[in-house]
Amino acid sequence: MFRFVLRRLTLTVPVLIGVSTLVFLLIHLIPGDPVQAMLGDSASPQDIDTLRERLGLNRPLYVQYASFMNGIVRGDLGTSIRTNQTVTSAIAERMPATAELAAASMTVAILIAIPLGILAAVRAGTSVDHVATTLALLGISMPTFWLGPLLAIVFSVSLGWLPVSGRGTLAHLVLPAITLGAPLAAGLARMTRASLIEELGELYVLAARARGVSRVRAVLKHAFRNSLIPIVTVLGLQFGAVLTGAVITETIFAWPGIGRLLIQSISARDYPAVQGCILLIAVTYVSVNLLVDLAYGFLDPRIRYE
Amino acid sequence: MNDGVRTRRPQRTLLWIGASIVALTAVAAIAGPLLMPYDPASQELALRLEGPSGTHLFGLDELGRDILARVLAGARISFLVGLTVVSFSAFIGTMLGAMAAYFGGVVDDLVSRVVDVLLAFPGLLLAIALVAVLGPSLGNVLFALTIIGWVGYARLVRGQVLRAREFEYVQAARALGAGAGRVLWRHLIPTALPAVVVQATLGMAGAIISEAALSFLGLGVQPPTPSWGTMLNGGRAHLLDAPHLTLFPGLAIALLVLGFNFVGDGLRDLADPREQR
Repeated sequence: MFRFVLRRLTLTVPVLIGVSTLVFLLIHLIPGDPVQAMLGDSASPQDIDTLRERLGLNRPLYVQYASFMNGIVRGDLGTSIRTNQTVTSAIAERMPATAELAAASMTVAILIAIPLGILAAVRAGTSVDHVATTLALLGISMPTFWLGPLLAIVFSVSLGWLPVSGRGTLAHLVLPAITLGAPLAAGLARMTRASLIEELGELYVLAARARGVSRVRAVLKHAFRNSLIPIVTVLGLQFGAVLTGAVITETIFAWPGIGRLLIQSISARDYPAVQGCILLIAVTYVSVNLLVDLAYGFLDPRIRYE
Repeated sequence: MNDGVRTRRPQRTLLWIGASIVALTAVAAIAGPLLMPYDPASQELALRLEGPSGTHLFGLDELGRDILARVLAGARISFLVGLTVVSFSAFIGTMLGAMAAYFGGVVDDLVSRVVDVLLAFPGLLLAIALVAVLGPSLGNVLFALTIIGWVGYARLVRGQVLRAREFEYVQAARALGAGAGRVLWRHLIPTALPAVVVQATLGMAGAIISEAALSFLGLGVQPPTPSWGTMLNGGRAHLLDAPHLTLFPGLAIALLVLGFNFVGDGLRDLADPREQR
């Protein structure tokens, strides 16, 4: 197990270096002078020089790169141009909101997807299955940026049941969590169905039934447990969709998280903050994938020895 | 329980429903704007935000422009983005993936490391970052979506070619003196094509939804060009007084994406009979 963990960790390091390098290069992809782009056309040459110095853009590229990487290791992501706050503290402020939204939407997804997937698998080939499968495809095709406003029109504007934007009470969380959770539920339901159908075809399920185990118990206690590994993996992989979906969902519902910070920083041309948000989201994604891989090796010992 | 025949028919039905949706939308995109009595850009400010009526079936937007005309014109942008992004991504990804698998060594290492790094950015995030620094425009959206798009094809084709490389007919071709180019082009890449076609169909859905998402965030196609995402973005300010601004462009996106997903799923089942459970 130790060797497996070590190998996965060593594989992750070059990816993290590559990600940081790409994020570093972003600011150099800006066409023309990045400092001019950040400050706008009306900026005085003095302001431009000051900011160029502050961002270190007047130094040779390799020095900039070394200091950027050095900063990342020390948790220093620079200073926001828009607010003069350090990017690290701006992100730390917004983090709880995004974490709350992500957790809530994954809960919504699991609560919808697992029962739907089990139902479709047990009744595979029947109309129940077709309805569930079609519902799942509908969910996958439904863009977050349409579902969100539609839910707001129905539940906030017409019915007046839930607040249309902001964060604070549990009621504020409901619409964003459903908006972000529904497409996840769709993918997860498909995986649950496929994985459970696979297990239901195995001999041990038949053996359990032959021993007199009830149908419900055979499905839930025997087959479903074994189908959990691919389901957990998909849940982990879907975390990437949660992170990108959060950018859109937070924008729709004015939810004060990292995604909204990213979009606000982009429109303000606050590139240090943009770099910080992108880096944080990518690193979170890589870490979650690593954890899923490790969990996979933990759940299924065969993986470790591959 | 896993009676193949019973599940197969509905899958085929969905494939046909999907194909019909895509074909109808394509016809609407091509012919629609020619048949419409309204220009998607012309404004009737006095009637702004007016709801659906006999003269304007989908109503008018915040500048008094006919929403149906704009949805039809937006379909052209969606198809343009889908076709461009998918063709470039599929071509680049297939070539690099096949070369990585065939030559191995340094080539494989190089391609695989780039793929690993690009896959470390979830979904749209890298496209958002690229468009943020390059500036919002249709061209940059196409570029950014291709940069994140080719990776999936490269990984897929690499796997397929790695397997096919060991087949006897491929070994035979090499023994007979066929060069790398010929073996790749004639023998290896064709084995990967069915999987690439399935991925490309689902990729159309992905590219269309991604463009709309970027435009919705204000990072994509810029006004006054009608894109479904830009229209949804414009509708956000009028959720209270004019929900029809949000309803119709969103419906168009969902329908077309659903169509491509149905076709992609159906084709996957046809290409891989083992999935037909």
